[in-house]
Amino acid sequence: MEKNKQTSTKETAEQQKPEDVSAEKPTVVRASPKLNRSPLHGLWALTNRDLRKWYTNPIQLITSLIQPVVWLALFGKALNFGTFISGSGATVAQQNAILQGFFGTTSYFSFLACGMLAFVVLFTSAFSGMSVVFDRRFGFLNKALSTPVARGAVVMGKVLQSVGRSLIQAAIVLVIAVILGMDTSHFNVVGIAGAFVIIFLMATGLSALFTMLALRSSDWQTQVALINLINLPLLFASNALFPIKIMPAWLQDIVRVNPVSYANDAVRQLLIGATVHLAALWVDFAVLIAFAVILSAIGIVLSWRLLSK
Amino acid sequence: MSTTQAETTLSSVIVTVENLSKVFGKLKAVDNVSFEVKMGEIFGFVGPNGAGKTTTINILTTLMKPSSGSAVVCGYDIFKDPNEVRRNVGVVPQEYTADEDMTGINNVLLCADLYGIPRSDSKPHAQELLKLVELQDAAKRKVSTYSGGMRRRLELACGLINYPKLLFLDEPTLGLDVQTRTVVWKYIKMLKDEYHMTLFLTTHYLEEADSLCDRIAIIDHGHIIRIGTPEELKESIGGDVIAVTLKESEPDISSDIASVKLVKNVQKTDNNYRIKVELGEEASPQIMDVIRSKGLHVTKISLTKPTLDEAYLEFTGRTLREEEGDKMQMFRQRVTVRRARS
Repeated sequence: MEKNKQTSTKETAEQQKPEDVSAEKPTVVRASPKLNRSPLHGLWALTNRDLRKWYTNPIQLITSLIQPVVWLALFGKALNFGTFISGSGATVAQQNAILQGFFGTTSYFSFLACGMLAFVVLFTSAFSGMSVVFDRRFGFLNKALSTPVARGAVVMGKVLQSVGRSLIQAAIVLVIAVILGMDTSHFNVVGIAGAFVIIFLMATGLSALFTMLALRSSDWQTQVALINLINLPLLFASNALFPIKIMPAWLQDIVRVNPVSYANDAVRQLLIGATVHLAALWVDFAVLIAFAVILSAIGIVLSWRLLSK
Repeated sequence: MSTTQAETTLSSVIVTVENLSKVFGKLKAVDNVSFEVKMGEIFGFVGPNGAGKTTTINILTTLMKPSSGSAVVCGYDIFKDPNEVRRNVGVVPQEYTADEDMTGINNVLLCADLYGIPRSDSKPHAQELLKLVELQDAAKRKVSTYSGGMRRRLELACGLINYPKLLFLDEPTLGLDVQTRTVVWKYIKMLKDEYHMTLFLTTHYLEEADSLCDRIAIIDHGHIIRIGTPEELKESIGGDVIAVTLKESEPDISSDIASVKLVKNVQKTDNNYRIKVELGEEASPQIMDVIRSKGLHVTKISLTKPTLDEAYLEFTGRTLREEEGDKMQMFRQRVTVRRARS
């Protein structure tokens, strides 16, 4: 309150000497400068606005990492399939052969760590829609739309900021997984780079999906409901937590059309050299490229229709 | 802009709206509205909440598409050239849209980026504008530390970043205290007087419309009820009223008073006269002269000028509205008022 008072008195004081303002007359009206008219202008500005909120606020970053780390450390470590099998009297060699058969690797923890990367991407992308809702509610969206910035850039700005977050959070989760004992014997530069390309593609498609669902929404509660409605099935009806082999046939069919499964499959092949494939690596890439491109395109087309009432 | 240029453009028209309508479901938010805004004037839209003010502004700033009708803003059709309209107008929305986590200067630069203004131009210009609205000292502070008045001024700087020819201001002083409101008015007048900018504002403060606007449109239920200068609107509900009380009740001098040129109508009750006149200041001494020439004495005299409030209530009706609440708009107004007072 005290601070407020000071400001008001200052304003009144300033008001008494308006000649100070006009002393150096700024150019307010004049021929416009040479404008950047490319449809991409403003895209980085919008992306960076959202990213800045995140990297200047480490609490947000840390809290968003808690969930995957808890999954890894508690769920991943507790579900010790090795003991399961050795308890039944199998030798170490037999045990490894069984694990290899199911998971494509002898370490369930490493198998799950790859799935956790998808988990992080799913939940980070989901919040891109929430971000649209808040921009709408606080009027920023209208302000952006009253400028000549491309409507598609508004959508893609949201997508890109969410992709940026996903990549960094996935990298952090990967480091934590390694610290917790993930198998690094298959790590190589090309594999890691490839895995992040996959994460980039999956994040793009998912963020475009959540952004387009929020284009007309002004209600954040609907967004929370949507996130759970879409994310949990996408997560559980995929091979993120368990291999496709152990699932009932009807579920396997669903898993096979879920793009998240192809991302997990590719990441496992690239990072831990998993030998049990859902599909060949190039098929994984093709599916995810199609997923990212098609959903982004739909998002941009919808932005032309839905962003002006 | 040179003076000669300003003079030649003063009479020309910058906004032409023809038969504009916007229908939401069954509600006609804007109903067949036509008007013009002249270059260089401050044009005000006055009306109760839900009258269609913001909807009209949203259409003219290309945020909404009208259901029917046409509008030309700064020489560009809102349907055919929405991007040119956007490049030529500035918008100061009702809400505080600045990003709380960013500094003042970065907010202005973000707006510049959205207009596609190169940084080589926008950096010095943003500094200039922040100086104009007296925020240069707070430029590098986060907006979350700003007072309501500072936020409003920052919005103004953002709205000016693209060198607009026409600036839209939606409820520019909503929720501000008296001092801050006066400061905002000062800027609005300065933009008109010194920069010959055209301003289009909405308000439900009549005092604001009266002191700022060259012309006012009173809008209600999506219709424009009257357009005119504040004086014309006041005039149209009847002119000034002079009330005179005489020492003596006799004789009746009504006809003598009525013979004064500016007097329109005289009513007498006992020794009180209620005189409707044009130009009250000029009429009252003349009336005094007439009374004195009859050898009578005045004990009391008062001059009442009609206010815009009266004109407004006359045109929009005096009943309190039970409006259809727009959830979204209420939320935004609440946020705006709360932040204005923070």
